[in-house]
Amino acid sequence: MLPTTVVAVLAAFTGYAIWTAFFAGGVNQSGPYLSPFYSPLLWASGPISPALWVLWSPLLFRATCYYYRKAYYRSFFWDPPACTLSELRHREYRGEAKFPLFLNNLHRYFLYAVVVVTGFLWYDVFLAFFQPSGGHVQLGVGTGIMLANVLLLSGYTFGCHSLRHLVGGGLDCYSNSGAGMARHRAWSWVSILNGRHAMWAWVSMFSVVITDIYIHLLHAGVFTDPHVVF
Amino acid sequence: MDGLTGSAVTLRVLKGTPASGTQEVEYAVPMVTGMVVLDAIHYVQHNLDTDLACRWNCKAAKCTFPLVKDLVTDVSRNYEVNREIPPFTHAPDDTGPWRIQQVDIDRLYEYRRCIECFLCQDVCHVLRSHNYADRFYGPRFFVRVAGLEMHPKDVLDRTDQTREEGGLGYCNITKCCTEVCPEHIHITDNAIIPLKERVADRRWDPVRFIGRELLRRPASPAAEATPALPDPAKPPRNRGDWDEAALTNVDITELVKQQIRTRTRPWEK
Repeated sequence: MLPTTVVAVLAAFTGYAIWTAFFAGGVNQSGPYLSPFYSPLLWASGPISPALWVLWSPLLFRATCYYYRKAYYRSFFWDPPACTLSELRHREYRGEAKFPLFLNNLHRYFLYAVVVVTGFLWYDVFLAFFQPSGGHVQLGVGTGIMLANVLLLSGYTFGCHSLRHLVGGGLDCYSNSGAGMARHRAWSWVSILNGRHAMWAWVSMFSVVITDIYIHLLHAGVFTDPHVVF
Repeated sequence: MDGLTGSAVTLRVLKGTPASGTQEVEYAVPMVTGMVVLDAIHYVQHNLDTDLACRWNCKAAKCTFPLVKDLVTDVSRNYEVNREIPPFTHAPDDTGPWRIQQVDIDRLYEYRRCIECFLCQDVCHVLRSHNYADRFYGPRFFVRVAGLEMHPKDVLDRTDQTREEGGLGYCNITKCCTEVCPEHIHITDNAIIPLKERVADRRWDPVRFIGRELLRRPASPAAEATPALPDPAKPPRNRGDWDEAALTNVDITELVKQQIRTRTRPWEK
């Protein structure tokens, strides 16, 4: 049951990402709110969807993520479908030792890209709060959704296994290394988030979709964003 | 016996060897509050059938390695793998005693909790389904390698060996080993993935590769003739700070091989 659910949810997310990036009728933006699928907004017009310039990094970051690898190896490849079950395929097993799956080792590069994208998402939230009426602060359902989304995405991004290694996990001796203790603290913080990496992975994926759907509905004029301005 | 409940349980135990054949034998064991299956097995062994063979390191479960006798399975392959891993090796001139900061060894306690029940080896699909014991160390030994690699006083580098001979790449991190570990060691997150990241440092990170090549000092003929040993007055900070030529010169590999040849292990007595 679990593998089937994972397949369904991941396939639905992928399908939704393709739809919103290429077939949803241009940039998904409404007032101060910009969809996370389009942020940062590079080349808003042109023959190619502006989402394409950005979307590859979070998608590849998730595709090579250690947690998602477990999820799709079990669910899509049935390698194995569950710990107590034998595998259903009987060809030569190569794991991540050979092409193409050894490319998952490039995870850290997509991490670098996604950290930049996450910075832009925080900037979008800042703009959503402060841009609209110059000197005023807007509090609305949309700002709340965008803030929750970027918090969840940050929890996922900054709990990454590769980041955990890069900030300090790769050191053997903290007390006698340059910035060793600072790196140990950073490693400890990342480790806290990393302990719930699967949870962050799922909830952030849903929050991205929910945020995008909400902005689509605003963009389509289905309803207006309830908000107050201070 | 304290905690007797007044009732008994019938235990059916598969006895025998592959050569003699196996059969189920029933034993009536008095029930005791808090009793687990292993307690009942021990009761049988101590009171009813002293011939019953039982190997146990924990109270987790049984394993499905090849049967030797009764409840004893053949786990000798694990000990062979263990011998392939170079043990803890300090720098030649840094023999201790050492004062090690707590922060530097906190991580290592988790790896030391391993009781070698080999449930992780048993459940790992690379070993169980694909029979890759000839090319894959298995989770228990990645835990051991991780504990050695992260030790602040260990100077050996087992990264390439773990990738090539240990078959680290065959692990597809499905975390079954972590799920069954009775000591709750986060085998995948804290041992296997950090090792994979160290391999990525070495082989999959062009930025690090370029940095290593740019920072590599050209070896002069004089230096090659008399490679500098590490200065005891200036202990290196990390393994990477050691002069690899100096380590090669003292032939650490041969030292390790010598240690492996000469040491005695409990199961070899």
